[in-house]
Amino acid sequence: MPLLEITHLTKTYARPGGGAHRVLDVREFALAAGAQLALRGESGTGKTTFLNLIAGILAPDTGGLVLDGRDLARLGEAGRDRLRAETIGYIFQTFNLLQGHTALENVELGMAFGRGVDRAHAAALLRRVGLGDKLGHFPRQLSTGQQQRVAVARALANRPRLVLADEPTGNLDRRHGRESLELIREVCRETGAALLLVSHDERVLAAFEHMQDFSAMNRALGMTAS
Amino acid sequence: MILNLIYRSLRQHALSTVVTAASIALAAGLLLTVWVVKTQSQSVFAATNSGFDAVLGARGSKLQLVLNAVFHLEASPGNIAAADFEMIRRHPAVKAAIPLALGDTVQGWRIAGTVEALFNNIEYAPGRRYAFAAGGRNFKLGEHEAVVGSYAAQRLGWRVGSTFHPHHGLSADAGHEHDETYTVVGVLAPTNTPADRIIWIPLEGVQTMSGHNPLAKTELSAVLIQLRAPAAGLMLNNMLNAAGGKLTFAYPIGSIVAELFNKISWVDRVLTLVAGLVAVVAAGSVLVSIYNSMSARARDIAILRALGARRRTVFGAVVGEAAVIGLLGAAAGFAVFAGLAAFVASIIRAQTGVVLEPLQWNPVFGWGPAVFTGLAVLGGLVPALKAYRVPVAETIAPVS
Repeated sequence: MPLLEITHLTKTYARPGGGAHRVLDVREFALAAGAQLALRGESGTGKTTFLNLIAGILAPDTGGLVLDGRDLARLGEAGRDRLRAETIGYIFQTFNLLQGHTALENVELGMAFGRGVDRAHAAALLRRVGLGDKLGHFPRQLSTGQQQRVAVARALANRPRLVLADEPTGNLDRRHGRESLELIREVCRETGAALLLVSHDERVLAAFEHMQDFSAMNRALGMTAS
Repeated sequence: MILNLIYRSLRQHALSTVVTAASIALAAGLLLTVWVVKTQSQSVFAATNSGFDAVLGARGSKLQLVLNAVFHLEASPGNIAAADFEMIRRHPAVKAAIPLALGDTVQGWRIAGTVEALFNNIEYAPGRRYAFAAGGRNFKLGEHEAVVGSYAAQRLGWRVGSTFHPHHGLSADAGHEHDETYTVVGVLAPTNTPADRIIWIPLEGVQTMSGHNPLAKTELSAVLIQLRAPAAGLMLNNMLNAAGGKLTFAYPIGSIVAELFNKISWVDRVLTLVAGLVAVVAAGSVLVSIYNSMSARARDIAILRALGARRRTVFGAVVGEAAVIGLLGAAAGFAVFAGLAAFVASIIRAQTGVVLEPLQWNPVFGWGPAVFTGLAVLGGLVPALKAYRVPVAETIAPVS
């Protein structure tokens, strides 16, 4: 049984002027436990919405979304929050570190809403990503690449079954982007977490053995629902 | 976890936290001061009777008589004859009667003529008699000797052996200086009563002082009275205050002082209203302070939500932050209160001799901080609701 299984997943947004806009319509998608998959898609193709639905940040209109044996579509918001806190790690393009928290505190936040804070584990993760000497540094005291590594450590803090990465190298230069991508893939392999990455960057996509075209997957592209 | 979030948010917004807590501290300090001074002054003034049950004086206002004879404020309503003093002194219901002759001053400090018995026999409070500081003694009738209250002696810089000329009248600007030279023979130990502000001399010294009306040399300003039993007070009250009489019998002293507070109760209400308004403004400052930073915090809140924080967690964190600001402010308010109340108490002591003890337990020390914390929480509800409603997906990241 796959770790993630999606069937007939749809999402529609209300238009500001009235009416509705269907942004996502994915008939079938599956990801095995521990697998690493890249989804190719240009901006505006619904990749982030897709990841947000998987993460439970958004609720689908219709369809089934089974993660780790639980159907997110049937869970209420609190249930999706808990599933996200315990099962998913999320790496954002803009890192999304809390500026008032140190590197260590940011990583601790990654586990705070799930099974609880394990400071030693948080520190070990930061050491693993090469920031063992930056535990007490605030994000503003770190370089862009270092901030990205904190975000990677945070995404792995709750020992997730699935790591979602949304254009994780989009804000990094080529060298740092490559290093960061290698790091994400390595630590996911080490922890056994599956990795689902979305990007439009061909260099990033080329690094993956398995890649799918999200634009082809999303049948809503070009359609408008009322 | 919520405590950690609260702590880190307070740390991140340290400046606004301090400024907001300071505004609450000022409001809390003001409220505590108004409340404590109000309640304690009412009870202390009502309990201040210098050990006497009643005052006998000339026909007039009971309140004026009590203020003049017990608190040494206001002017005397008039004199009574020596025969009236003898009448009350010999009355079987009267345990002790201490005559007073008032109306002179020294450098603005009031002089009271009285008898040795005041310091020898009277308990100014249950179980407490007047005592003299080391080297001092009571004055002797017939001598130009004085006993000085502790506060007056301290402020005038007098000690045993100091001398002075009494000044005629209550105003330092009017009247003239008497020829007689008085010598301080005793300084009273502090009593925390109006007696601490008075310069006491033998009764006939005031009555016969040069420049005073020789026809009034046996007259008195008032008589302080101890009764054998409280019931006698009602009987004397009916007898002496009868219509057409020439005397006023002020009994009981505590109730008459309470009348004063009833008359000025509007001042209490105004001060309480001001303190309440300040409290509401302080709560508003919590609301504005947190609400204004919500735009900047929305992203942080969305991140927390994306990491699995529930809506109620971020709601609780914002409300908790407001509560902590309220608590910090209320705690700092005690420091403001301690300073402010000490200042007010010093003024009351200087003006009346009555000593307040603001740090003595008062119920407002419990409900005051609770009210301010509650108001801060109320102020935090609006931004907390905003935090509760933060749209995670739209706030957290650009859509791709």
